[in-house]
Amino acid sequence: MPAVSFQSVSKTYSSPRGSLRALDAVSFDIQQGEFFGLLGPNGAGKTTLISILAGLARASSGQVRVMGHDVVADYAAARMALGIVPQELVFDPFFSVRETLRIQSGYFGLHHNDAWISQLLEELGLADKAGANMRQLSGGMKRRVLVAQALVHRPPVIVLDEPTAGVDVELRQTLWQFIARLNREGHTVLLTTHYLEEAEALCSRIAMLKQGRVVALDRTANLLAGTASTMLRFKTDQSLPPALAAQARTTGRIVQLKAHDATEVETLLAALRAAGIKVEDLEIGRADLEDVFLEIMQGAAA
Amino acid sequence: MNGVRTLLYKEVLRFWKVGFQTVAAPVLTAVMYLLIFGHVLSDKVQVFDNVGYTRFLIPGLVMMSVLQNAFANSSSSLVQSKITGNLVFLLVTPLSHWAWFTAYVGASVVRGLSVGLGVFAATAWFSPPGLAQPLWIVVFAVLGAGMLGALGLIAGLWADKFDQMAAFQNFIIMPMTFLSGVFYSVHSLPEFWNRISHLNPFFYMIDGFRRGFFGVSDVSPWLSLAVVGSCFLAVSAVALHLLKTGYKLRH
Repeated sequence: MPAVSFQSVSKTYSSPRGSLRALDAVSFDIQQGEFFGLLGPNGAGKTTLISILAGLARASSGQVRVMGHDVVADYAAARMALGIVPQELVFDPFFSVRETLRIQSGYFGLHHNDAWISQLLEELGLADKAGANMRQLSGGMKRRVLVAQALVHRPPVIVLDEPTAGVDVELRQTLWQFIARLNREGHTVLLTTHYLEEAEALCSRIAMLKQGRVVALDRTANLLAGTASTMLRFKTDQSLPPALAAQARTTGRIVQLKAHDATEVETLLAALRAAGIKVEDLEIGRADLEDVFLEIMQGAAA
Repeated sequence: MNGVRTLLYKEVLRFWKVGFQTVAAPVLTAVMYLLIFGHVLSDKVQVFDNVGYTRFLIPGLVMMSVLQNAFANSSSSLVQSKITGNLVFLLVTPLSHWAWFTAYVGASVVRGLSVGLGVFAATAWFSPPGLAQPLWIVVFAVLGAGMLGALGLIAGLWADKFDQMAAFQNFIIMPMTFLSGVFYSVHSLPEFWNRISHLNPFFYMIDGFRRGFFGVSDVSPWLSLAVVGSCFLAVSAVALHLLKTGYKLRH
């Protein structure tokens, strides 16, 4: 039995201006114990898909199951098995951190959960904030409470919707160590993120969404192996000739060009020299997930 | 079942933590009404025989406070949670629509009765109204608070903005409570307005409630019970249906 199963899930939003197809027959399974990444540009449908999984939205058609439980027909069992960390930084200003976690436990029918709550506070570096009101916490601290809230009922499936958007490096480290440990202990993790290096480092398998469709679904290693395996990186202050600029990925001064083999590297360098481009910090490296992502997104545009 | 208890507890704690605003302030308002209207109208308004105006006014003010605060509790809690987004914490739980209904309406009843008791305690010593048939007091206070709690739930689900919520409260709930016979006996009204008043379910709540204090009322308490009971069931059915279908909650 897969931990999460999406079967031809479609979602259409109707508005007076017309209808928008946010998801178009999305199908894939996440196996138990997997660390699964869901990637895609803004508006690709990631959050819609997760909302349907959590019962926050309803699919127009198709079926979603969590640990075998249909999220509509058998919603109580499905939600017991699911812990979701929402993308928005929301909180209830009436309560302290510990009250918030006790109340959240109670919703799941857990009334003697203090040992686990204390452990969560400890693991997430919140122990000294337990008595503080939610309003007094910084953004990063509120984010930690959101993670703790999602875990009060020890769900076998954990969903993190862009959990590290706008959080500091320290929290990112703490959070990933903790989530990775939960994953080793058997929890299934579904992660959406904009930070592709995070997905590359953590996720064993990845699905990429674009305009509501799955455009790639494979093991992370296979995705990395399946595309241009070499990248030529350098820095320059000059602008590239049009022929090169078209195939380059430019971030400020840093330019990256795809090269499949040594001959292509030579050809590119010759073209740069011919155009009189002064190149600094030249290196040849392996393609990373960002390269794969861009290649797939551009390919899927056609 | 445990989840309902937690949600009820959380909803009660929510208003209790801001008790000055949610309990003490409405009590003070009711005392002001009593002082001003009691003083101005005591010689001008004829109510029941053998019941002075101030004595007559007290149960009306108590019930008006019960109703308005029961409505305010569920509606403001829901609309705040929707707007700040923290309703998501509830939406991801296994709680059923029955659990939501029971907890939100239950907390509204607790708030309504707390304010009602406060108003009674603060006003009764001006002119003790007596307790002729106390069971009616309890029945109408609980049913009335329950109905307004359920109505608040519907309004809270429907409203997308605080402005819409305020409109619902000020243009529907306030006039219906003020024009229900809190400040006068509907028998003192001209025939036409007397008939109109009999179409207002809030009139039956206040009339039935008052019966418990004085043993006399404008209409039979059994008729009032039938009207208020039916309204409670109808409003509850709508609220439960909206919760079950996820109206404005699960898109």
